[in-house]
Amino acid sequence: MRLMEVCGTHTVSIFRAGLRQLLPAEVELVSGPGCPVCVTPDGYMDAAIVYSGMDDVIVATFGDMLKVPGSASSLAEAAAQGGDVRIVYSPLDALAMAKENPEKKIVFLAVGFETTAPTAAAALLTAERENVGNFFLLPAQKLVPPAIRALLADEDARIDGFLLPGHVAVVTGSNIFSFLAEEYHLPGVVTGFSPTELLRGIYRLVRQATAGDARIENEYRCVVRAEGNQAAQKVMHQVYETCAAEWRGLGAIPASGLRLRDAYRHFDFSEARPLDLPPVPPKKSGCRCGEVLRGKITPKECPLFEKICVPEHAAGPCMVSAEGVCAAWHKYGGGIFQYE
Amino acid sequence: MNETIQLAHGAGGRMSAMLTEEILRPILGNPILDRMHDGAVLDIGGKIAFTTDSYVVAPRFFPGGSIGRIAVCGTVNDLAMTGAEAKYLSLSLILEEGFAVEELKRVLQDVREAADEAGVSIVTGDTKVVGHGACDGIYINTAGVGALIEGADVAPQNIRPGMDVVVSGFLGDHAATITASRHGLKLPEAIKSDAAPLNGLVKEMLRAVPEIACMRDPTRGGAAATLNELAAQSGTGILLEEELLPVRPEVEGVCELLGFEPLYLANEGKMIVFVSSEKTETLLTVMRAHPCGKEARRIGAVTDKAPGQVAMKTALGGIRIVDMPTGSLVPRIC
Amino acid sequence: MCLAVPAKIVEIRDSLATVELRGVTREASLMLLPEAKVGDYVLVHAGFAMQVIEETDMAETEALWAEMNGGPRTVHLELSRE
Repeated sequence: MRLMEVCGTHTVSIFRAGLRQLLPAEVELVSGPGCPVCVTPDGYMDAAIVYSGMDDVIVATFGDMLKVPGSASSLAEAAAQGGDVRIVYSPLDALAMAKENPEKKIVFLAVGFETTAPTAAAALLTAERENVGNFFLLPAQKLVPPAIRALLADEDARIDGFLLPGHVAVVTGSNIFSFLAEEYHLPGVVTGFSPTELLRGIYRLVRQATAGDARIENEYRCVVRAEGNQAAQKVMHQVYETCAAEWRGLGAIPASGLRLRDAYRHFDFSEARPLDLPPVPPKKSGCRCGEVLRGKITPKECPLFEKICVPEHAAGPCMVSAEGVCAAWHKYGGGIFQYE
Repeated sequence: MNETIQLAHGAGGRMSAMLTEEILRPILGNPILDRMHDGAVLDIGGKIAFTTDSYVVAPRFFPGGSIGRIAVCGTVNDLAMTGAEAKYLSLSLILEEGFAVEELKRVLQDVREAADEAGVSIVTGDTKVVGHGACDGIYINTAGVGALIEGADVAPQNIRPGMDVVVSGFLGDHAATITASRHGLKLPEAIKSDAAPLNGLVKEMLRAVPEIACMRDPTRGGAAATLNELAAQSGTGILLEEELLPVRPEVEGVCELLGFEPLYLANEGKMIVFVSSEKTETLLTVMRAHPCGKEARRIGAVTDKAPGQVAMKTALGGIRIVDMPTGSLVPRIC
Repeated sequence: MCLAVPAKIVEIRDSLATVELRGVTREASLMLLPEAKVGDYVLVHAGFAMQVIEETDMAETEALWAEMNGGPRTVHLELSRE
């Protein structure tokens, strides 16, 4: 039985808890595309790197993005060469930075899924209300359901059920995943992140899959409501509209990204200061991240894994972020670690 | 009073002499330093241990310490980890033009206090001044010599399967304190850097249990880095138990908020000790009687499985690898 | 990209809350959760409170963890509920 955890935070939590090896051999967990850092394309990183080198620009970012490679370098390398890159914990920290540095343009790297997208939107609305003219976003937020659909469009997907991302569902509500049961006849369980919650989620999923059921269950009821957080959805809807988006390792997926609506387009730094960057040539490295992200192979089946591809020199998206599938397999020993 | 350091303070003339006579010596002075010769003449019998380290800390002052305190504790502790008792330290200052003399005095005051606490003397030193922007305020280098404690044989190669792994107290206090202030987190006042000289504790430990196989202080990279180094150097496997790790709830809170793991947080006053399991209880009793070892406990064991690797039995009962840290500690939201 | 932690609201000023987790405090915006009150446990992500936590559910999870670690059986789950 193959169960997919869609969310990168789940992947890491499962490894950190040492959970994989405790499961019976019949239950295989495969990791999905749920790390928004990993799927952020080269071209986006290239733009961020160029902006960070401009005299009047400070690039503000979550720490996760620092080591993500663009086509030639990373933000960490750009910072070492004098680029102004600052780590923030919250988009509001970037907004505060804008107020403290009125002579600079603060460009916040707005990446993330439904969980994170409303926080950047709320910061943008605050900037508008408070007339902060030097706060910008570089948007590359993405949506989870279209990515799941893209995975399932593949005939060989072979997935028997989904461990659904609890914190995405906090915003969207568990109902957003109903299509899995209704259109694909697949079970899904919205799950939390503690070892107990993960075990409960897996248990419910196994029960459904065994019985041939296909329902969306909510095993994270302490924070996930069927209809989600409507204030957050409203803020998202006000600020963003959906668009086609490029996923590193997966390619373009229709209606899977978010862009700023016309009324807020002036906050998009790529519109305020367009760059004319050369198109990114496709890499020919033999990297099989695309198949890893679809749950078709495990990292160990990729010929580059832990050979030329390690966290310090990632060849592909799954190794670049702490939550990348390959990075987690590398860091925690694949979770099938036999102590001998 | 807003005197600042000028380039002339490092130029060797009257200003340099003033810096030494009016600022450095009144704070750091002792009979050996007061001879003011080009080098110190020291009386050290038997085998000596020798080490050096440089300190570039931001922020310079933080709850529980400062760059001055760390510059002494770090070097004293490096000597202690080799089984030596630190006696004499050198102190080299690299100062940025414009650095406030008042702040320099505060740093030196902390150097003095930590040296007194550790029972070491600053016996020689140097000061250089660099132009504005060429360094960040103040950098410090200290070197130290110490006499090897009678009977001590402390080295990674002594680590054998079957030994216990012991830690002297709560993990991560130092890094949690510093990163918390950088990212808008507030900690209760009781939570501060653990910067402390460990030579007193080490002396007691070696007196009671001379068979201690190895000790190391888990500074940068935290316990994870130290244990990985030692597993590799000794060719043994190390198996930790998650539930035995001593971590303050507040430090766990910082970790949860910023996406860290306590094993990767730097410490400035802790050590990891390897000892034969039949000596563990004796060792723990001695350690817990000392202020720097009150929370000492066993956190795992050395095994002959998975040589060169550090693993951890999780609270859930699985076993996972504890990897060498990659890169610097930045908060993540993923 | 979804690390979020539970924390308790100890103070609210305008739409900015002070939240506490294991003795650590931080500011968290209530812009996305205007209904939150002092004393509520909320889920915090990237400096924003995202949802009020139902404490009974959280307590159940904690009780299950205690059971797994050898505690007495206190949770009697009806797994087929929905």
